[in-house]
Amino acid sequence: MAVEYVAGSAAGGGDTARLAARGVTVGYGGRVVIDDLDVVVPPRVITTIIGSNGCGKSTLLRTLSRLLKPTRGTVVLDGEDIAGLRTRDVARKLGLLPQAPVAPEGLTVADLVARGRHPHQSWLRQWSSDDAAVVERALAMTGVSDLADRPVDALSGGQRQRVWISMTLAQGTDLLLLDEPTTYLDLAHAIDVLDLVDDLHESGCTVVLVLHDLNLATRYSDNLIVMKAGSILAQGHPRDVITAELLHEAFGLRAKVIDDPVGDRPLIVPIGRAHVRPDQLDKDTVQVRLG
Amino acid sequence: MTGTQVKPSVAPGVRLGRVSFVWRPWLVCVTLLLAAATFLLFCLSIGVGDFPIGLPQVIATILGRGEQVDEFVIMDLRMPRALAGCVVGIALGMSGAITQSIARNPLASPDILGITWGAGAVAVFLVTVSGGTATAVVNSVGLSGAALAGGLGTGLLVYLLAWRRGIDGFRLILIGLSVSAVMEAITTWLLVTADIRDVARAQAWLVGSLDNRSWDDVRVALWCTLALAAVVAGVAFQFKPLHLGDDVAAGLGVRYTVVRAVLLLCAVLLAGVAVSAAGPVSFVALVAPQVAMRLARCPTPPLVASGLTGALLLIGADLVARTALPMTLPVGVVTAAIGGPFLVYLLVRANLR
Repeated sequence: MAVEYVAGSAAGGGDTARLAARGVTVGYGGRVVIDDLDVVVPPRVITTIIGSNGCGKSTLLRTLSRLLKPTRGTVVLDGEDIAGLRTRDVARKLGLLPQAPVAPEGLTVADLVARGRHPHQSWLRQWSSDDAAVVERALAMTGVSDLADRPVDALSGGQRQRVWISMTLAQGTDLLLLDEPTTYLDLAHAIDVLDLVDDLHESGCTVVLVLHDLNLATRYSDNLIVMKAGSILAQGHPRDVITAELLHEAFGLRAKVIDDPVGDRPLIVPIGRAHVRPDQLDKDTVQVRLG
Repeated sequence: MTGTQVKPSVAPGVRLGRVSFVWRPWLVCVTLLLAAATFLLFCLSIGVGDFPIGLPQVIATILGRGEQVDEFVIMDLRMPRALAGCVVGIALGMSGAITQSIARNPLASPDILGITWGAGAVAVFLVTVSGGTATAVVNSVGLSGAALAGGLGTGLLVYLLAWRRGIDGFRLILIGLSVSAVMEAITTWLLVTADIRDVARAQAWLVGSLDNRSWDDVRVALWCTLALAAVVAGVAFQFKPLHLGDDVAAGLGVRYTVVRAVLLLCAVLLAGVAVSAAGPVSFVALVAPQVAMRLARCPTPPLVASGLTGALLLIGADLVARTALPMTLPVGVVTAAIGGPFLVYLLVRANLR
């Protein structure tokens, strides 16, 4: 059942895009993970990549950030082929937070965030008053100023994630790629981190996220990229993209899509086998257009 | 959430013309104190012997204002040994600091990565197997040179075997341990089958020692260590983000494969230089960076302080080996006696976490 989904308006604007992949094929060893994929990251919105485990979400994010080199195709950053740029120049334009980063034991918050200035420093010029000002601002923006002296490993998961985002901010880029920033966080802390991400978006940043939680992705992003088996199934505003059919096709998930009682976005209510009213267990549920 | 009134304690900077760096008073103090302590112990080590010389005379002679008798004893007889201890200690300390940082594991030292046993195995092979080729090799490059080549070859082998789309610290250690075990087995087999007189000569290559060092031995080691330290200093700035992992480092604009390969090569060469100058002095490379880290209160091994701690440990151990014990022992025995318990401490601490 090949359903065609049309990309929403948010995904448009080819030339204004900060970051785009054109016909990229990426693989590990001989295994192809992403095959001939095109994607455009629109400016000044939160774009979130979703998809089932192993569909190539992180691989796409890593390719966009130049951590992985595509075997075919190009990634374009501000109009230039990213493969032709110096690593340092990429780091001055694009901030990246990988999945579950680990800081050395005992490293303080201030020191970790200060490392974010590395792309702007050189052997001779290792620290300046500009660096100090940017780091203090990054600490303040993420609300971790009063933790500055604490070792990173002594913090809670939510605080730690804020600190890492703070380091990425200290890089001073307005393009941020965050790979699963809410993993291992409880819901309250996840919301906390995503509110912070939204603050950054409000202040003019272009953000690309990989998220597992579909409802959080729907709530916080303006542009969803739904992936399946290395290619893009749908892209656009959550209101246009999230349907029961799409969820079934992308995740094999039976779900009901309803209006979010507290927001203007769809809300996904998964249907498992347990504790579901018998009338909802109907095998044909998915065939019926819901929401 | 934002807008706290507490002023963040971002480290202050220092500017000297075009040069600026983070001001870390504690690290600078510890490093200077370590340097002073190393110099004192160095002089003390020169003064101690069958013909004792007081500390003031030693310092005066080193500065070129001593008496002629002292000058002969100090500069010609005792200086090479003390200097060898200093250089070997610095090389081992820095080498250990680099390998521990790269592997992000306090157990990764050149001892454990197979370099020392590789050098030992080659040296023992050349000493015990008397034959045309072996003798020719020893005559052309010297036993130290051949041991150095053996150490580098083993280091390279470990690196290649551990390489799988990048270097993982844990795999590096496991492969290093296995290759070391193989080299150790070869060495034992060679010793068992060899002539008893050769075994005595080979023994020098199994326990590190500073006995009978000449100026020639020291000069080579000194220049090599200085050159490698210069390379390390040049790359050290790019090295800092590597403590945060490969992906974060790449995100911060570091070409980590290149930086890491250069540094690992420097670490292997430094360890090789140390082995060829003094034989396999065990545990200094493991212990020195960890001690320096705790003294300097750094989360990662500081390079200069680790080198100085290595020198301090080695000269100190040599002094203990020569004076405090009823018979003169090779320095490697003392460092092993200190290092063994320290290794146990690290393992216990790692398990408690």
